[in-house]
Amino acid sequence: MRIGVLALQGAVAEHIRSIELAGGTGVAVKKTEQLAEIDGLIIPGGESTTIGKLMRKYGFVEAIREYAGQGKPVFGTCAGLIVLAERLEGAEEPHLRLMDMTVARNAFGRQRESFETDLDVKGIDTPLRAVFIRAPLIKQVSDKVDILSMYKGEIVTARQGNLLASSYHPELTDDYRLHELFIGMAREAKNVKAE
Amino acid sequence: METGTSRVKRGMAEMQKGGVIMDVMSVEQAIIAEAAGATAIMALERVPSDIRAAGGVARMANPELVEQVIKAVSVPVMAKARIGHFVEAKVLESLGVDYIDESEVLTPADEVYHIDKSLFTIPFVCGAKDLGEALRRIQEGASMLRTKGEPGTGNIVEAVRHMRIITGQVRRIQNLSKDELFHEAKILGVAYDLLLDVHNTGRLPVVNFAAGGVATPSDAALMMHLGADGVFVGSGIFKSDSPEKFARAIVEATTHYEDYELIARVSKDLGAPMKGIEISKLHSSERMQDRGL
Repeated sequence: MRIGVLALQGAVAEHIRSIELAGGTGVAVKKTEQLAEIDGLIIPGGESTTIGKLMRKYGFVEAIREYAGQGKPVFGTCAGLIVLAERLEGAEEPHLRLMDMTVARNAFGRQRESFETDLDVKGIDTPLRAVFIRAPLIKQVSDKVDILSMYKGEIVTARQGNLLASSYHPELTDDYRLHELFIGMAREAKNVKAE
Repeated sequence: METGTSRVKRGMAEMQKGGVIMDVMSVEQAIIAEAAGATAIMALERVPSDIRAAGGVARMANPELVEQVIKAVSVPVMAKARIGHFVEAKVLESLGVDYIDESEVLTPADEVYHIDKSLFTIPFVCGAKDLGEALRRIQEGASMLRTKGEPGTGNIVEAVRHMRIITGQVRRIQNLSKDELFHEAKILGVAYDLLLDVHNTGRLPVVNFAAGGVATPSDAALMMHLGADGVFVGSGIFKSDSPEKFARAIVEATTHYEDYELIARVSKDLGAPMKGIEISKLHSSERMQDRGL
């Protein structure tokens, strides 16, 4: 599976490494035309305000909405989760408005409150090491969204059909099981299309 | 649940990659920088070119300014502490600063020892002009590096030199045999284990940004080509004719550093960049890069 990583700003190389560890081929995506060549797209961690501005500037908002509309999978981590949300708490305008959820930015506080922990995730048999860096939280979801994991009563991993989102950074550890799960989603989407 | 681990601290710097970190001297400037797409804001009382002009002792920013900037923006806020001044660093940490720059731009507080950065929950960035400095700072606990360049000059030549020296040294280390590595660790004054890690991976264990002299979109793109993970812009934005335009243009040129038509387009209609300083005209005591080795 060819998995693209949106390469406008953020932890692109780390995701490409995890994709390759999980058996996929990782591609840095800088232009909208590249979306036609990939089976799934990851929106990485970084600064959501910066990524959001550059997405608007280069036509990625419409292009990714169309891409996801075709049933192709999109996975957002940290800033990527913020970018996927339908609603944001606070002043920032929502970006892609694809996942039916409300997200709070910097929900744990500042960098001194950033942490790592072991996390149970639905569909993954043993706990995943999750790194939370100035992380957002999913405050509310509609019934279209499946909750995959909670941390201290708050939603931190969610899936809505072909869309996947995590508050934390699965790309900062050697544990690539969440990437494996996403590559599985890409394979499914491709098979459905072939039939 | 663990805070302040090396993964959490280094990871924070990794999220800044491909981004531009901008120096600001007021809340108004912080808002302009964030709106232009800065991935982090460096709050300080004076940008390096003003520090040069003013002379005297340059210290940590006033806590009120730091607090006001933290309130005004949602992106991470950085601030500078003097080299070796661990109390300034602790004060900045207590204010909620997300990242500390132990910086040669300020007047050093200690001419021998750097801060033991492993004792802090929040991460540090430090300047380096060669691999020895880079690995010594990492050994002390730095989670991010940047070239020193020559701050406040608007002259990219020193940042280019430092980036080329470090990438060249990394390439050479990759090809050394084990006995040569032992010797090289001694020459560079660094821990063998850190050098072995560079030998095995072919890269530094933390991100390395460009800093010190970036004044135009092309400067930023040049540094990205030379291997920088991102860019710090100090005096280059708020000492230019039109800070807002310069800030936006440098952000775009950093993302699309290989797209020359785009860099040409964003470089139009910017007005004049900051006025530069020819570095050979600086007295040796005015060279900030020679502080904190």
